[in-house]
Amino acid sequence: MKNLFYAVICVLSISACSNNASQKVLPILGNREADTKTVNGKTITDTVYQTIPKFKFINQYGDSVSNKTLDGNIYVADFFFTTCPSICPVMHRNMLNVYKEFKNAGNFKIVSYTIDPKHDSVAVLKKYADNLGITGKNWLFLQGQKEETYKLAKSYMVEAREGNVHDGYFILIDKQKRIRGSYLGTDPAEVAKMIADIKTLQADPEQNIVQ
Amino acid sequence: MKRPISAVLLFIVSLLIASCINDQDIEFKRAYTAGAIVYQTHCQNCHGSNGEGLSALMPPLTDSVYLKQNKTQLACILKYGLKGNLIIVHGKPYQNQMPAAELAPIEIAQVLTYVKNSFGNKLGVVKVDEVNKDLSGCK
Ligand code: HEC
Repeated sequence: MKNLFYAVICVLSISACSNNASQKVLPILGNREADTKTVNGKTITDTVYQTIPKFKFINQYGDSVSNKTLDGNIYVADFFFTTCPSICPVMHRNMLNVYKEFKNAGNFKIVSYTIDPKHDSVAVLKKYADNLGITGKNWLFLQGQKEETYKLAKSYMVEAREGNVHDGYFILIDKQKRIRGSYLGTDPAEVAKMIADIKTLQADPEQNIVQ
Repeated sequence: MKRPISAVLLFIVSLLIASCINDQDIEFKRAYTAGAIVYQTHCQNCHGSNGEGLSALMPPLTDSVYLKQNKTQLACILKYGLKGNLIIVHGKPYQNQMPAAELAPIEIAQVLTYVKNSFGNKLGVVKVDEVNKDLSGCK
């Protein structure tokens, strides 16, 4: 009788757990608008979520990278500069764990935008990436116009402005270019949570229909 | 009569030695704990919580041989930074910038005591007098 009781508890807790995992969906962050249109005489309301707008930058290999290059990828973005003496080394120490974790996963990228394009030329970014131990194109270091970078930061809900001032957030973007998470990149615990969230997002059926 | 006196003497002498060792011990502990805080606020972001460094960007602080060989230079490195000098740590080359830290000589002594006795290093206490002397000889 007692054994049966334990067996039941066991089964229940396992199923409770796996249920949770399969139902978990990440929230969609950012602004949203209701888009109401009339189709075949019926009024339909769609929710339109904030997405990452168009951009065109250059990566550490000198290749041009646009929003299109990232199509079909889940990705994490951050803003930094190579000579940053304070939070960037911590952010990229933590990001290195993310890089290693998903090194062999397809359709996943890390995108680091420099906010100091004057100093961080393609050559400087390449050297930085090399020294950090980054190979291939899973982690892109991007350089563009300063004003465009600041503007783009806003659409990622990150603060970046004159005087090399920037936040240390990591922003998780889904394949529809919507914001699915914001994590303090200097905190190893938050970054560990982000790694778990990326896995949840990868398993989300919605992410596997759209390519 | 003779024996008890020498026993008492021995006792007093050993007490003195013990308190002396204790004083040194306290001095070390104070410098070490204060140094840990200086390390967390001024160094840990680059050199890591275990002095492990960061890939080929930031050198580790675990190379006791480097720390010993550059003993008199360490205070200068902290005070004035390093500007792209090629240095070899644990047999690996590093050529990056370390910014100058706004630290008083006492803080330099404390953080060096911490670094030199953490991360597998065992190189003893660093005194303020030594730091002042080393700083006067910075190139
Ligand atoms: C902005 C990042 C940064 C900070 C902050 C920083 N360092 Fe460094 N440190 C470096 C870099 C980079 C080098 C190597 C410079 C080179 O290649 O010439 C270095 C070199 C050193 C070295 C000599 C090489 C070695 O690894 O033993 C010591 C010792 C050292 N740092 C200690 C400290 C201490 C103590 C602090 C805090 C007071 C500190 N550093 C703060 C980046 C930093």
